[in-house]
Amino acid sequence: MTTSDAATAVMPARHYLNEQRGIRSWLLTTDHKRIGLLYLFSITAFFFLGGFFALLIRLQLLSPEGALMTSDVYNRMFTMHGVIMVFFFLIPSIPATLGNFLIPIMIGAKDLAFPRINLLSWYIYVLAGLFALASLVLGGVDTGWTFYTPFSTSFSNTPVVTAGLGVFIAGFSSILTGLNFIVTIHRMRAPGMTWFRLPLFVWAHYATSLIMVLGTPVVAITVLLLAFERVLRVGIFDPSIGGDPVLFQHLFWFYSHPAVYIMVLPGMGVMSELVASGARKNVFGYSFVAFSSLAIAIIGFLVWGHHMFVAGQTVYAGLVFSILTYLVGVPSAVKTFNWTATLYKGSISYDTPTLYAFGFLGLFLVGGLTGLFLAAIGLDIHLTDTYFVVAHFHYIMVGGTLMAYLGGLHFWWPKITGRLYPEGWAKLSALVVFIGFNLTFFPQFIVGYLGMPRRYAMYPPEFQLFNVMSTAGASILGFGYLLPMIYLTWAWFYGKPAGNNPWGSKGLEWETTSPPPTFNFDRTPVVTEATHAYGHPEEVKVA
Amino acid sequence: MHPSIPLFPEQASTMAARVDNLYFFMVATSAFFAVLVTLLVIAFAIRFRRRSPDGVGEPIHGSLALELIWTGIPFVIAMVMFVWGASVYFALARMPDEALDIYAVGKQWMWKFQHREGQREINELHVPVNTPVRVIMTSEDVLHDLYFPSFRTKTDAIPGRYTQLWFTATDVGTYHIFCAEYCGTRHSGMIGRVVVMPQNEYEAWLGGAATEGTLAQRGEKLFTQFACVTCHRADAAARGPLLNGVFGHAVALTNGNSVIADAAYVRESILNPTAKVVAGFAPIMPTFQGQVTEEQLLALTEYIKSLPTLQQVPGAQAAPPPTAPAPPK
Repeated sequence: MTTSDAATAVMPARHYLNEQRGIRSWLLTTDHKRIGLLYLFSITAFFFLGGFFALLIRLQLLSPEGALMTSDVYNRMFTMHGVIMVFFFLIPSIPATLGNFLIPIMIGAKDLAFPRINLLSWYIYVLAGLFALASLVLGGVDTGWTFYTPFSTSFSNTPVVTAGLGVFIAGFSSILTGLNFIVTIHRMRAPGMTWFRLPLFVWAHYATSLIMVLGTPVVAITVLLLAFERVLRVGIFDPSIGGDPVLFQHLFWFYSHPAVYIMVLPGMGVMSELVASGARKNVFGYSFVAFSSLAIAIIGFLVWGHHMFVAGQTVYAGLVFSILTYLVGVPSAVKTFNWTATLYKGSISYDTPTLYAFGFLGLFLVGGLTGLFLAAIGLDIHLTDTYFVVAHFHYIMVGGTLMAYLGGLHFWWPKITGRLYPEGWAKLSALVVFIGFNLTFFPQFIVGYLGMPRRYAMYPPEFQLFNVMSTAGASILGFGYLLPMIYLTWAWFYGKPAGNNPWGSKGLEWETTSPPPTFNFDRTPVVTEATHAYGHPEEVKVA
Repeated sequence: MHPSIPLFPEQASTMAARVDNLYFFMVATSAFFAVLVTLLVIAFAIRFRRRSPDGVGEPIHGSLALELIWTGIPFVIAMVMFVWGASVYFALARMPDEALDIYAVGKQWMWKFQHREGQREINELHVPVNTPVRVIMTSEDVLHDLYFPSFRTKTDAIPGRYTQLWFTATDVGTYHIFCAEYCGTRHSGMIGRVVVMPQNEYEAWLGGAATEGTLAQRGEKLFTQFACVTCHRADAAARGPLLNGVFGHAVALTNGNSVIADAAYVRESILNPTAKVVAGFAPIMPTFQGQVTEEQLLALTEYIKSLPTLQQVPGAQAAPPPTAPAPPK
């Protein structure tokens, strides 16, 4: 938009969106870009469904006695909100949409290594989504998204197995995506695209894929064991038939903590691109940012016990998990400092993606720092299972991942659709989301420290003020999410043509047309410089 | 008691101030870094704003010294937080040597408290001020979590095992009890209050309402009712070990190992008697799984704990005189 060619840009004659037409050409496509869009449509549907539940949750909590529904209905609401947002929105969000669309282009490839498996992963996701919707139609599940035993196996009268199968199946979609990315990044890089010239977005997805491939089978097994106990009464987790309920927590969090990094690492990858492009400057300390992703992925596998500090774990186990949790915080701090340093002596735009990047930085900072509170066991004893935890993980997953996702969507929307969105509305949305988010979740830190437990349909009246603030914020936040939905859709059809490189940014994706041709490049590109090498090429050295 | 808009719960236990001090340290450290980064971002965004559409940043590639500094400083701060957090945790996890024991059973959706002197309460717990109190708990059904926000402590109540927490209340008053682990329909109704009383009022309260005798006396009745007494006896007809003086001491098992007879062992031996059979006895005891409630188990345990030590107790090793009972696992 800032470069002169934007005014005269026209849509390319042939691109991946118009080369083939009709519903068949979409449902049978093996083009990573179209599959990315199929994912985009499906996860957006789930996002608004999960968001609708969030809104009902917030309305209920307007009044201490519960303003809207019975406890039973409320329990189903927060469970379905969690299940849908975690497994059907956040985990696939950035990798399956932006990752799918961009990784092959960023490394100069025609497609992912296994295009058909890529399509298969989407169908698996849809099948899993149908199970989730079926569990909803059957009345909804009331176990919490964590499915803790023995409540889930022996006490709940809701379709736990149906929802569990949804999670089980969705896992395979995730595994296939991760596998595809790993192979693609290893084998399909264009000539000259060395590992240390890879965009940090690709590094982050590489780390994420490792977790997807190594971690997801564990949650699949765990959910299967849960189904065995619930259906066949094999004693695994329920002590009344010889099981151990804490074993479930170990197995569940062994995946579900790394899953947090599945959600946030791709967001960090987006962030590196947004900051570099927004400042027209290479990311400060490239290799430290790249390796911190790997460090997070590896150490992230060793911290699951910090979810169980009050669950009868020994003192020694608690200490080990506490210190490892602090260690995983360090690479996140390193990234934050590097992004900040990237801005120094940059040429910083105030375009929408940069605003979202600033928003990410602010919210991720709060989310990360409050993680330090929870890693201190002596403090976690008081804080765990309260709204402090709820606020913390929303700052990471929504403040971090969702801000990055929206920032990334805005940044690459001209590439995806070939058209520009209305910048004024987009800036407004970034501002509204940031304000609405903080108003929703910051009061929850305070009410959490006051002792309000999570998953309460009713609460003592002295907590009301903070809950009302939270609900007010959620309404603003909801509006902030609807805005991009509307103007991005509008822009797809009516936006001005974007041209190849509306941001004046570096990267292979900006060298091809917008939208790109089906096989991304007319000629396989040859890479001769580091990522985001603005300024004079001869000065460019990798840190 | 509350200011108009409270930001912290009351500090009503000896641990509350220690936990809060750690919290204030965390808040201060976090605020410092949050403000530092935010100000830097704002300053850079203004100072280095794009002045011409074709402007580019200066190619600066990084600095090993800076990377080491901002890896090292967060690491050191993280370790300070870890050590501080761990020291508070040790204090919370280490049970006091002398404590008033109270038993709690979580059950969908209520807390049942049992005083050793016999008083039983539901969703209300009376405790004396300035006295270390240890709550030993389990659950009759699903996971629960006994949470005293004003005492800054909580612990999961887990079916099939005993967990414990302690506090010393410092202020007379009434405070919240919450269930903090989601447990089904009326999870948010599984709340109650803890009433901290002066010592003399607590004594009066204990002796107040009529009870069915002490917890140990209830256990004694159950010991007869479940016919435990027909085998666990001192005479030649005994088919099970005599239980006097056993609690808190090592017991030799048929497999050659030994086990400390704590509450967890007593519970296991009633529900799953063949798991660890005492040396010299046949595995003939039937299971009482499903016939005896968690509360009855606690009463039976208390009774066994109360039995006077006899000389030459069969099945028990030469035991020293009973000291402090081993904490339940």
